[in-house]
Amino acid sequence: MATAFDVSITELDAVARRMRARLVEMSHKAGTPHLGSALSCVDLLVAAYWKALRIDPRSPGDPDRDRFIFSKGHASAALYVALAYRGFFPDELLDTYAVPGSCLAEQPSPRCVPGLELATGSLGHGLPVGVGMALAARIQGRSYRVAVLMSDGECNEGSVWEAAMFAPAHGLENVAVIIDYNKWQATGRSDEIMALRPLREKWRAFGWSVYEVDGHDLRAIAEALANVPDGSGKPVAMVAHTVKGKGVSFMEDDNDWHYRIPNADEVRRAMVELQQL
Amino acid sequence: MRNVFAAEITALAGVDGRIVLLSGDIGNRLFDTYKERFRDRFLNCGIAEANMVSMAAGMALCGLRPVAYTIASFITVRCLEQIRVDLCYHNLPVVLVGVGAGLSYASLGGTHHSCEDIALLRMLPNMTVVSPGDPVEVREALRASLGQDGPIYIRLGKKGEPVVHKHPPEFILGKAIVVREGEDVCLLSSGNMLPVAVQAAELLGQKGLSARVVSYHTVKPLDEELLSEVFAKFAVVATLEEHSVLGGLGGSVAEWLAEHAPQRGRLLRLGTADAFLHEAGEQDHARAYFGLTEEKVAERVVRAYLATVASGIAT
Repeated sequence: MATAFDVSITELDAVARRMRARLVEMSHKAGTPHLGSALSCVDLLVAAYWKALRIDPRSPGDPDRDRFIFSKGHASAALYVALAYRGFFPDELLDTYAVPGSCLAEQPSPRCVPGLELATGSLGHGLPVGVGMALAARIQGRSYRVAVLMSDGECNEGSVWEAAMFAPAHGLENVAVIIDYNKWQATGRSDEIMALRPLREKWRAFGWSVYEVDGHDLRAIAEALANVPDGSGKPVAMVAHTVKGKGVSFMEDDNDWHYRIPNADEVRRAMVELQQL
Repeated sequence: MRNVFAAEITALAGVDGRIVLLSGDIGNRLFDTYKERFRDRFLNCGIAEANMVSMAAGMALCGLRPVAYTIASFITVRCLEQIRVDLCYHNLPVVLVGVGAGLSYASLGGTHHSCEDIALLRMLPNMTVVSPGDPVEVREALRASLGQDGPIYIRLGKKGEPVVHKHPPEFILGKAIVVREGEDVCLLSSGNMLPVAVQAAELLGQKGLSARVVSYHTVKPLDEELLSEVFAKFAVVATLEEHSVLGGLGGSVAEWLAEHAPQRGRLLRLGTADAFLHEAGEQDHARAYFGLTEEKVAERVVRAYLATVASGIAT
């Protein structure tokens, strides 16, 4: 069945840097936005796909696999790179990202690549769908886990909180939600547009077992995610403190990079910082 | 209709272990037998329709066959995006059952009227839209829905609907059923208006007009073969539905007609007006308000027929 990928944190740091570099290049080449959002969740993806999830790229349809739903669809470039580097499909397919006629649109179409669990892009769907998958596991007597990666802005959507009320009521301890808490959404600070704070307390009040982690600490993320179920009988919520644009100094915590596309010089400077040049 | 639905889903769940029934905190006692027998495959999802539909999608993605049930106006409009994105975009085998279609819940006021649901769901690619005409068609529709692999919406009345089919008809999704033969005018009925159509045909007969009655239980995909036949044969073809004249069966037929003009038959769309009803009253009052009684239907068909005679279409 699924095999855990035996690799060190040092090696994973290198994978994360390579991913970030690839994302900067892709945004530039394809002229696509949302680079800041993609960069903030790279470490979450690496920890999940290389350390915590019971998955096997050779069997993407294994009914006992862990499911990972990338609910912040606007940052799907990050998911594509993670899936490619993890071996779900050939690297070369990434070169067709956002090319007219290709299967790799900015936001995924259902089943467009192996390893894609849900076509996201409209926020607030990932968690409810994931809860449904977790219920299916219970009904079918399977023990897979379902992890859902959401953005903080995504927590604006009411449907998120419907699922947040439902999962604890049904003791769905095989569900984990990871919130990429980079403190920005499209046009402003996420704690100012909606009263998102205190985020950890909200999830706790809804009945989740909450962990607060540094969203760029691969070891901490992997440990928390691997420990699902955590024995509390509750679903797990991981509030991951991240930095939008993480990894490229001139992009970090700068919300211009929600929409802005890097030019050739910015790409070169980013490659140097990411040790790819 | 809802009792037949409950009985049939219980029977089907006994045969197919993939079936899961999700309810939006509705159906007091209705699913007692189901819950007794299949406790693990019943979920009260609370009053959270968006989550219910998305969860159904998640289950379907894992190989289950979810059936989601709540009031028609809620299971369609409240969670239209979830239906569109999670069900239709992904083309998943989820059955949505809306109880209280049309004016079935008239007494609860406009929030509970469901006269736009056919139009809204018909717009979605991959969606099949079924409006069964009587409890027999409800049973057949549910069986047929679980025999296909895409998203499907079945809109039920509520209770007490008369049985029109004395014997189970041959039921195929997308194939309309001729319920009563006739030569002069044709009534295409969708949903719980079928008994009214049959009664209207009786009245028309008394006025000297022979009326064929057809149950268009499936609005999408539309039985176009039958439309070709009836629009060639009859001077007046009336659509009848407890739904807006915009976008439902009448709207679908109008679209077909525009593509296949000219035709012999003149289309008469009978349904609710493009307006909300603000008065108290039960279903019969609401139907009378919108002219959806057998008398009013017959009257309008006669008028349409006479107009075609006057303009030389009818012989």
